[in-house]
Amino acid sequence: MGRRAFVEQIMGLPVSVHVRGPTAADPSVARAVEAVFAELRALDAVFSTYREDSLVSAINNGEQVDHPLVDAIIELCAQAGERTYGYFDCRLPAPTGGTWFDPSGLVKGWAVERAAAHLDGFDYYVSAGGDMVVRGTWRVGVQDPIRSDQLITVVDVSNACVATSGGAHRGSHIVDPHSGRPARDLLAATVIGPSLTWADVYATAAVARGPQAIAWLAGLPGHAALLVTGDGNLLATPDWPGPALS
Amino acid sequence: MRKITMWFVATVAAVVLLFSYRTSTSGPGPLSRPAANAPGIVSGPGAVPSGAAEPSGLTGATVVNGTVEQTRWGPVQVQLTISANKITEVKALQVPDGNRHDIEINSYAVPQLRAEVIAAQGANIDAVTGATVTSDGYIRSVQAALDSAHFTG
Repeated sequence: MGRRAFVEQIMGLPVSVHVRGPTAADPSVARAVEAVFAELRALDAVFSTYREDSLVSAINNGEQVDHPLVDAIIELCAQAGERTYGYFDCRLPAPTGGTWFDPSGLVKGWAVERAAAHLDGFDYYVSAGGDMVVRGTWRVGVQDPIRSDQLITVVDVSNACVATSGGAHRGSHIVDPHSGRPARDLLAATVIGPSLTWADVYATAAVARGPQAIAWLAGLPGHAALLVTGDGNLLATPDWPGPALS
Repeated sequence: MRKITMWFVATVAAVVLLFSYRTSTSGPGPLSRPAANAPGIVSGPGAVPSGAAEPSGLTGATVVNGTVEQTRWGPVQVQLTISANKITEVKALQVPDGNRHDIEINSYAVPQLRAEVIAAQGANIDAVTGATVTSDGYIRSVQAALDSAHFTG
């Protein structure tokens, strides 16, 4: 069975597209993949906090911005705050002090999910730095955040999205919005669900919240989660899939 | 077979592209920094002391160094061990180490590269989810190492 892979660095992340099946060699695959990358580059130009000319930078400079996608993201950020009891927050400490609007934590999953739709009809996955949209059934390893050359488990993922957020090794880049302090109690949170936007938001919120997030995650319909605590213990929601059989 | 190599390299690249956020305030190391390890085959059946002959095959373990790749954060070089046409080990010979944060990141990124390279060849895993820290310098060096070993996947 044919399989092809494509990689580009976009939004500061390695984004890879993997397509397999009888149609993988079809020229339409390369065209669809280029459409995925092009859309991600376009969305990055709108939402990057690193680019002076992005609309997000304009917002943070106090300018009035009228753009339907920006409105959609502002609305999603508000929803994310509500759905996570404030543990996901797009208002982050600015490098220069104070707070600024930084929707990057939500935009990444949202953009990848939106761009991946160009591939619908193929058997594929799109992975952006380890967060992925999966169509068809693919076997996904969950990396061990402590011994990073090992996997905690391997699960079969079918027509779903997977997001992992990490705490410790990135110098605790996730901050608990309620305390203002870096989140350290969870080393990693992996969430599987129907939407990459929400899987990613929930994984990030879980890291901010800590191990007690497991009860909240267990109550989210259609989602499964696996948490790695600071002392290396695993917490899984009841519907977390069993290990894939080799 | 070339396609298979490219598939493999792309799979590795998925997790191996450059440190995806700014980790260092120091610039790249000087370009003149000497490479302690020359690119190319170091040992094994593919080793060619004169550099003139093509390796005839890869029946035992071959150790091969990638090129030294300059990245924004400093030079990167990898070494692969190839056995029975499979990559069995990946080592970083040089990584950016300009400050404590680089070293911290490397302590995570290098084992991750190892896991991904080896997992990518396992028939039973298609993808890895994790909070990624990666380098495109690594992947260029990996590709160069594969090329000099005439590795075809």
